Amino acid sequence: MLQTLSLLVENKPGALMRVVGVLAARNYNVESLTVARTLDDTLSRMTIVVDVEHKVRAQVVKQLNKLVNVLQAADLTEERSVAREMVLLRVRAEMSNRTAILKEAEIFQARVVDSSVEGFAIECTGDPEKLDEFIDLMRSYGEIEVTRSGLVAVTLEPKKLRLATPVPMGAAEEEEQERVLSK
Amino acid sequence: MASTINPPAGAGTLMSGSHILLECLVREGVDLIFGYPGGVTLPFYDAMYDHQIQHVLVRHEQNAAFAAQGYSRATGKVGVCCATSGPGAMNLVTGLVDAMMDSIPVVAITGQVTSKLIGTDAFQEADTFGITRPATKHNFMVKHVSELPRIIHEAFYIATTGRPGPVLVDIPKDIFQGSTQYQPVDSIHLPGYKLYTEGHTGQIRRAAQMIWEAERPMVYAGGGIIHSHAHNELRELVELADLPCVNTLMGLGALPGNHRNFISMPGMHGSYAANMGMYNTDLIIALGVRFDDRVTGRLNAFAPHAKVIHVDIDPSEISKIRNAELPIVGDAKKVLTKLNKVMRELEPEMRAQKSSARAEWWNTIRGWMEQHPLKPEFSVDEIKPQHLMAEIDSISGGEAIVTTDVGQHQMWAAQLIRYNHPRLWINSGGLGTMGFGLPSAIGAQFACPDKLVFSICGDGGFQMSIPEFATIANHKLPVKIIVMNNGYLGMVRQWQELFYNNRLSEVTLDSFPEAHLLAGAYGFKGKTISKPEKLRPALLEAVNEPGPYFLNVRVTPFENVYPMVPAGGAINEMVLGQPQPVAVAS
Repeated sequence: MLQTLSLLVENKPGALMRVVGVLAARNYNVESLTVARTLDDTLSRMTIVVDVEHKVRAQVVKQLNKLVNVLQAADLTEERSVAREMVLLRVRAEMSNRTAILKEAEIFQARVVDSSVEGFAIECTGDPEKLDEFIDLMRSYGEIEVTRSGLVAVTLEPKKLRLATPVPMGAAEEEEQERVLSK
Repeated sequence: MASTINPPAGAGTLMSGSHILLECLVREGVDLIFGYPGGVTLPFYDAMYDHQIQHVLVRHEQNAAFAAQGYSRATGKVGVCCATSGPGAMNLVTGLVDAMMDSIPVVAITGQVTSKLIGTDAFQEADTFGITRPATKHNFMVKHVSELPRIIHEAFYIATTGRPGPVLVDIPKDIFQGSTQYQPVDSIHLPGYKLYTEGHTGQIRRAAQMIWEAERPMVYAGGGIIHSHAHNELRELVELADLPCVNTLMGLGALPGNHRNFISMPGMHGSYAANMGMYNTDLIIALGVRFDDRVTGRLNAFAPHAKVIHVDIDPSEISKIRNAELPIVGDAKKVLTKLNKVMRELEPEMRAQKSSARAEWWNTIRGWMEQHPLKPEFSVDEIKPQHLMAEIDSISGGEAIVTTDVGQHQMWAAQLIRYNHPRLWINSGGLGTMGFGLPSAIGAQFACPDKLVFSICGDGGFQMSIPEFATIANHKLPVKIIVMNNGYLGMVRQWQELFYNNRLSEVTLDSFPEAHLLAGAYGFKGKTISKPEKLRPALLEAVNEPGPYFLNVRVTPFENVYPMVPAGGAINEMVLGQPQPVAVAS
């Protein structure tokens, strides 16, 4: 089943590689992955859709949370959240069906972003099922080219971001020392 | 860790990257590095030339990582290894993955080509950072010399805290050469590095209740007990509720091997009693273990009647393989300290409730132990491998460090040699790496110069580490190198015998070197024996030799390890010996 994850990640070297690497190494199928800066430009937000068995879902989140550069990994699949995807699509249009294509685009609240003799470039946003329908429909008018953005999602439930606080240098060593002495 | 945290060098001093690195290592209490120099680490090795930190020159980088592990496994301190860029760093990878699988704190320093050349396919360039990402708990590439102190201390912090593991720091040559005003780090801030150590108080209370209420409880304790120095707390728990306890391959020594509640090792080559115990228990108290497939066998037949209490510091281990009815995320020592306290509080009202069921459970377990004990076998004509282990056990008395590779010798050494303390049994558990035993013995002997260290290898794995004879000779390390020589890759042969119609494909190891000549070539003593009456005198000679000793023991070629749970089999359906009667639990 599809699982939607939202990750807050430090913009450190290799952060994306670590996330993708864990998903690949643990044999989780990635359906889509988007990543971009947040308001704080030292951090990025990733939305990842993976296709995994239901019983593995908790494990996916735990494995991602284990990464040092991941501040938070949350499972949005069953949470109150909004998820959207965008598609950019080029459709070849004959003179005879140009008006029909524009009508259909309007129904889907899609926007024409380029128009030429060959046809249109259209932008459409929505949930992935709606985009599937839109793409199917456009295909019936002729040859199309499609680029999808992958899902972006935002949770509607306020989440507390728990971060580790600074640790004085040597604290870990002192604790370790106590252990060894208390043998 | 260091006995005291060394005061940092003066803030603001202009220092080179190499010297800053050394300064940071000193602050972390590092006294020993296992490594091999090369082109891009030249500036670092130049700085090391007259520095207090000792460098041990191994003969292959892979063995630097294994030696660092041996050092760490024997002491609990961080093992440090160092290699140059490209091939040097690549040779470390097996050792890092091995450390990752067994959660061993190792910090690896690798050189990288000069920053400007990265990405140009320069001489001895490899994408160490990318390649070691899945081989480490975390890794770093240093982009500017001013970052170096922060990164080094973060590396040690990550390696040692939480679930320990290897961390690699990749340092381009220009970073070693560049200089900056040294600013000592006073705190470590890794906002995304979440540690869960305390354990949930309510869950701990429920665990105590479940333990008192169980009729057939079984403690399943592993490497986590050893990493967390929780062996005393484990012993306290086991004694206060008189619980039977199995130790995994990684956990041997967590409960002393001679403790009356110790039921040996469970799993593929575990004892009959341990596996029957795990099968029939109604409560598994899992402490610092990960339900490895070599322990559980076929999962749906593993402990089918049991509830599971799972204590682990790594949340991702909880319910990864087997669902835990009662998860407790925390450090074993902290959790067990609290658990023991609650156990005592509840004892007056709860102890008596299940006492007769408990007594019956113990009788059943003792019955299994007597029925099929792990016992050595002897022959008058040949040295049985089990005989070899029994003699080493008798000489060790549960006190010597024993390192092994992977395979038959490892299983016999785990079954038949007792370990009365943690950190005596050093083997490649998770990754199962051949060639691990000898270099890890080097690390262990450097860490514990006064301890008796046996490096037990098969004749296969041994030949993967022969180069380290030079390191051993060089430092006159009194390691006792014992090769259990059956002329085969024994474990692979065992499987070919049992599951591939005895078609022995590429498992014969001929042309083993003459022991006294090989050891003699490096300047120490060696001997080959094949007669049982020669075994004990030869082992005593080896132990009494002040320097290294290489004993090649020709053993019965066709001996197999039993009991055995065939891959994918149920743990109560062990093959107990040849020919193969099958024991099935009622």
